[in-house]
Amino acid sequence: MSETSTTAGGSGSGADDVDRSPVSGADVCVVGAGPAGSLVADRLAARGHEVVVLDAGPQFDDSERIERMERAVRPAYDRPDVWDGGGERDAYASTGEQFYPLNHARAKGIGGSTLHWQGMVMRLHEDDFNSGSARGVGPDWPMDYEDLRPYYAEAETELGVAGADDNPFAPPREEPYPMPAFPPSYSDSLFAEACEEAEIAMHSVPNARNSESYDGRSQCVGYGTCQPVCPSGAKYDATVHADRAAERGATVVDRAPVQRLDHGPDRIEAAIYATPDGEEHRQEASAFVIAAGGVETPRLLLLSDSEHYPDGLANSSGAVGRYFMDHLFAGAGGVLDEPTRQNHVGFMTSESHQFYDDADEGVGPFKLEFLNYAGPSPVEQALTGDDWGDELLGRLQESYGTNVAVGGLVEQLPRSESYVGLDPDRTDDHGNPVPDVHWSIGDRARRTIERANEVQHEILDALGAEITWTVGPDATGPAYHHMGTTRMGTDPAESVVDASLRTHDLENCWIASSSVFPTGGALNPTLTIAALALKTADHVDESL
Amino acid sequence: MQLTRRDAAAALAALGSGGAVALGARQWQRDSEDPEEADLASDGAVRDAMVAVAEVVYPSEVEGIGEFVEGFLAGRLDREGHGDGLRRAVANLDELGRAWYDDPVAELPPADRDALLRETGADGVDEAPDGSTAERIRYYVVNDLLLALYASPTGGELVGIENPQGHPGGLESYQRGPNG
Repeated sequence: MSETSTTAGGSGSGADDVDRSPVSGADVCVVGAGPAGSLVADRLAARGHEVVVLDAGPQFDDSERIERMERAVRPAYDRPDVWDGGGERDAYASTGEQFYPLNHARAKGIGGSTLHWQGMVMRLHEDDFNSGSARGVGPDWPMDYEDLRPYYAEAETELGVAGADDNPFAPPREEPYPMPAFPPSYSDSLFAEACEEAEIAMHSVPNARNSESYDGRSQCVGYGTCQPVCPSGAKYDATVHADRAAERGATVVDRAPVQRLDHGPDRIEAAIYATPDGEEHRQEASAFVIAAGGVETPRLLLLSDSEHYPDGLANSSGAVGRYFMDHLFAGAGGVLDEPTRQNHVGFMTSESHQFYDDADEGVGPFKLEFLNYAGPSPVEQALTGDDWGDELLGRLQESYGTNVAVGGLVEQLPRSESYVGLDPDRTDDHGNPVPDVHWSIGDRARRTIERANEVQHEILDALGAEITWTVGPDATGPAYHHMGTTRMGTDPAESVVDASLRTHDLENCWIASSSVFPTGGALNPTLTIAALALKTADHVDESL
Repeated sequence: MQLTRRDAAAALAALGSGGAVALGARQWQRDSEDPEEADLASDGAVRDAMVAVAEVVYPSEVEGIGEFVEGFLAGRLDREGHGDGLRRAVANLDELGRAWYDDPVAELPPADRDALLRETGADGVDEAPDGSTAERIRYYVVNDLLLALYASPTGGELVGIENPQGHPGGLESYQRGPNG
């Protein structure tokens, strides 16, 4: 992690003396400094383009990460507090049959949600790109794995991925990971015996955290609070590329929420953004890349409606905001009659994709994760309860040490009744309607969770565990992966962007985000976001 | 179990030192010279109170409490916002000690310290930095102490985890078995 940043801005709530005025002669305006926007900005700045990045949130001070870690551990703070989320700026509605905790699911600021992410980075499987053809359900992507494969390799190098080529179910790859995989945990070794008995293959997890020093950032030192904050900087976050873009001449402006996109029938003319001093500014550019995530991206397009686009910018298809998807959690856990050594680190070292490609119309893909942090963290547990002294220690000793758990992610199909819209009854701190996340789960995802639970119970039974909890279809929740709301496709009547990530409607507007995923698969999306961002940068570069 | 200088350093790292605090370098002044800070306990009063409370809220087998508490406390006092909250919570606790037991917490026998803490309500509330007196005593006094202990290697080992959350204990321990 760099000690200093050339990025303009600073955390805090009031006005400051940072110059946030527009840049004249900009080639590219990027909206959002998360992983997608930062990678696009870095790549285009490296190719000599004048790039401006506008982000709604602050530039956080790296030296405050220890304090943020304390917030992550202490019960006085809720998850959004860790990165100063919530409040009027982040107000939202959740009106679907399933509540969506949006502010637990995102972080606003330079770095975006990689500030609080887990850091698992897998390539989607080949069938994920052809769900309709291969599984009989959902749309196909307008690109294949082979189209994205070189960008996946580049993304792994850019983020810094520690992994091993030991996953027999993963798609083909061409070269080793940039860093060796993290060795398996002691807990993994217990699962290995059970999985052998159950004939389930375990393999390593590709992690965007440093198993050795990489790219000027240190090896992981084991703070154990990866999600939501890595104090050491060993876990990748997009400040790496935002800072690098700035070093290459890009202007990265924090606390500059884009209010709307001024446009004609075929082109965006300017991004209108607000600044902490209460002013509004107009950033013009030749090309615009919207990289504000799966919720704020469609929201900005909907807020930018006009006589040309009465239903929202780039929304001739009516698909903007529709098909909101997340991954669903399925899990089970219990206790053994022996130590399991949990909670030493905050990341996983083993998983299984064995059942992933069994997916069909009835049951979707899912992956299994062998947790290294099952059961309560003694530190967190010590801060609650009405006991202390020897009594507290006894409670901690009793509850820690023998837990095990198998988690998993499950695919959710795109469904038009799940959407991100605008709430007509509530506005944010700038008077704009807040996002309404209208989310439901669907029968196939529920069946997939049940299937995942069956396998999880089989493993725990083979392990000899007493199963004490199961997260099934009625208790499931989102993995905080926002996808599908500006879907990619070949038909302008059915999709928002094409295979070059450019909107069908506007000739100078691209979208770099998981919002373009036509289907979500069941793997953590950020590596695919990064690969698509690098592809986007190539297409924008070609156009300039 | 003996708390060591390494534990104090670990607690200092986990809780944040503000970047300028050297372990063991602080002078523990007991009198505040600023009349506007009358509701804020002095460094020395905070130190004495925190050690006294630690002797109650830490397990009985823990030794070396004084040096350990001093080791991480300087960073807490110097942290913007936190330091004044800590001083105010200690001042409140000492005030209640004087009202109910005729002495500040540091001068009470351990059983009375325990009773005082419980009578403030600090045992039955959730911590809150801007909350009631009980919630602030829980946050700044009791839980600062518990966080420092259980995020340190020795505190973790008491429970059975030598690299507890918040401690940058490296990449070896998660791979080790219980007999490793």
